Amino acid sequence: MLEQQLLNALTLGSVYALFALGFTLVFGVLAVINLSHGAVFMVGSYAALALVTRLEAPLWAAMLGAMLVSGTLGLLVDMLILKPLRARNAPHLIPMIATIGVGIMLTSTAQGLFGAEILRFPDGILPAGEFVVGDVHVRALEIAIVAIAFVLMAVLFAVLKRTQLGRALRAIAESPKAAWLLGINVERLFHITSFAAAALGGIAGVLIGLNFNAITPQMGQPILHKGIAAIILGGMGDIRGALFGGLFLGFAEVISKAYLSSQMGDAVAFGLLFLILLVRPSGLFGRKLERKA
Amino acid sequence: MSEILRVHDLAVRYGHIEAVKGLDFRLNEGEITALVGANGAGKSTTLLALSGLLKPSRGRIEFQGEDITRLAPHQIVQRGVVQVAEGRAILTTLTVAENLQLGAYTRPDKAGVGDSLDEVYQLFPRLKDRAAQFAGNLSGGEQQMLAIGRALMAKPRLLLLDEPSMGLAPLMVQEIFRTVSEINRAGLTILLVEQNVRQALKIARQGYVIETGKIVLSDSGENLLANPKVEEAYLGG
Repeated sequence: MLEQQLLNALTLGSVYALFALGFTLVFGVLAVINLSHGAVFMVGSYAALALVTRLEAPLWAAMLGAMLVSGTLGLLVDMLILKPLRARNAPHLIPMIATIGVGIMLTSTAQGLFGAEILRFPDGILPAGEFVVGDVHVRALEIAIVAIAFVLMAVLFAVLKRTQLGRALRAIAESPKAAWLLGINVERLFHITSFAAAALGGIAGVLIGLNFNAITPQMGQPILHKGIAAIILGGMGDIRGALFGGLFLGFAEVISKAYLSSQMGDAVAFGLLFLILLVRPSGLFGRKLERKA
Repeated sequence: MSEILRVHDLAVRYGHIEAVKGLDFRLNEGEITALVGANGAGKSTTLLALSGLLKPSRGRIEFQGEDITRLAPHQIVQRGVVQVAEGRAILTTLTVAENLQLGAYTRPDKAGVGDSLDEVYQLFPRLKDRAAQFAGNLSGGEQQMLAIGRALMAKPRLLLLDEPSMGLAPLMVQEIFRTVSEINRAGLTILLVEQNVRQALKIARQGYVIETGKIVLSDSGENLLANPKVEEAYLGG
């Protein structure tokens, strides 16, 4: 029934939003569409699984560990790949292509290390509680996923809105040159942004892995497309836009699967997205995409 | 007057084109020095090199005896060399108050920041009225006030001003030059880059005229204003 589907949609949508936030943060601050973000999401998921199964870490520690691993990975991508490209003034498409390469490398590495088959979290690791509200079965896991996603998003919003770091990041998003002239170490904030965005992507991977209890090397691909769609729908580089776009896609996907076609849910969701973009090509919260040098 | 900045043989290239071809000049502490010249003479390029945003192809920049030629832009700001870039140098998507807060980004003395904010609001009362507005909604003159006020928030030792009068209405131009003089009287050293040669030389103690990347004249502001060559080339004869 509808309420049950809405709960599913909220769960999925909040994770999409979390994923899309990191994506849009990197685009806003570094002006790079980082297409390795899906693979970083997948790595987060495997990192949590490895921590749980090999080191017998509790789930909360595995989540923190996964954020650390994926965040470090994002930092390395910035330092080893994006930074040299920046230093050479590479045209915009080059870093995007380079990050596709990173994504493929990570995906095949995961396949080599963990195999192509679906892995699952061991029994007893997932919060097992479930309760019934009206007709709706609510899993404790879903509550936890939505809560974690929204708390992290709230922290990110607060940092961007209220702190000097957040103001500096917004300054870079508008004009890196102006930011340098204010004494902001723009390179350092690029690193911090890359770390934070990847950490958010990694925890999103853990949450999706837990929600479906399925982890595969290819799991980053569909969410990458949804992340791109979410930030284009919301308006590239806009934080509120990513939140809205992620939630929208979650709802569109779940509702169309439930009520229109179980096979073609994504087709309906993305078709709807296309229609919205016809009306608002710069996205719902979007401004013009150019920025000052 | 003691020397605060010394520039020796500064050259900057964009690819194969040398935009600045070996400048020598010095600034005295507490004075306004004007660097004037036509559009494309290399004035902004020189300022960007002083701030570390462009790397010189040769030459040396010394600030208070320290070689800052190879420092990163944020390190140069930390030393107290703060630039108000040309055009709309403010952040339009941030509020006026946020712009000013960011001006103090490099300052360790958080307590002093509040005092500086009061001083800036005293200098530009209009900014206080509009503190919560997005800076992009300000008029051109107010944006320039904000840009200067934001630079003052860094508590600079040397202020680099790139064409503060550009694109402003005549009355506002007067007000900006008056403000620049006022800030200088409070003790701040200023390097003023201008195409508005007459106004700039009026308030400058020392002036340099730059043409196609080279300094062609240097004298006191007063003498340059009276110099027939300057008059012919820049002041409309």
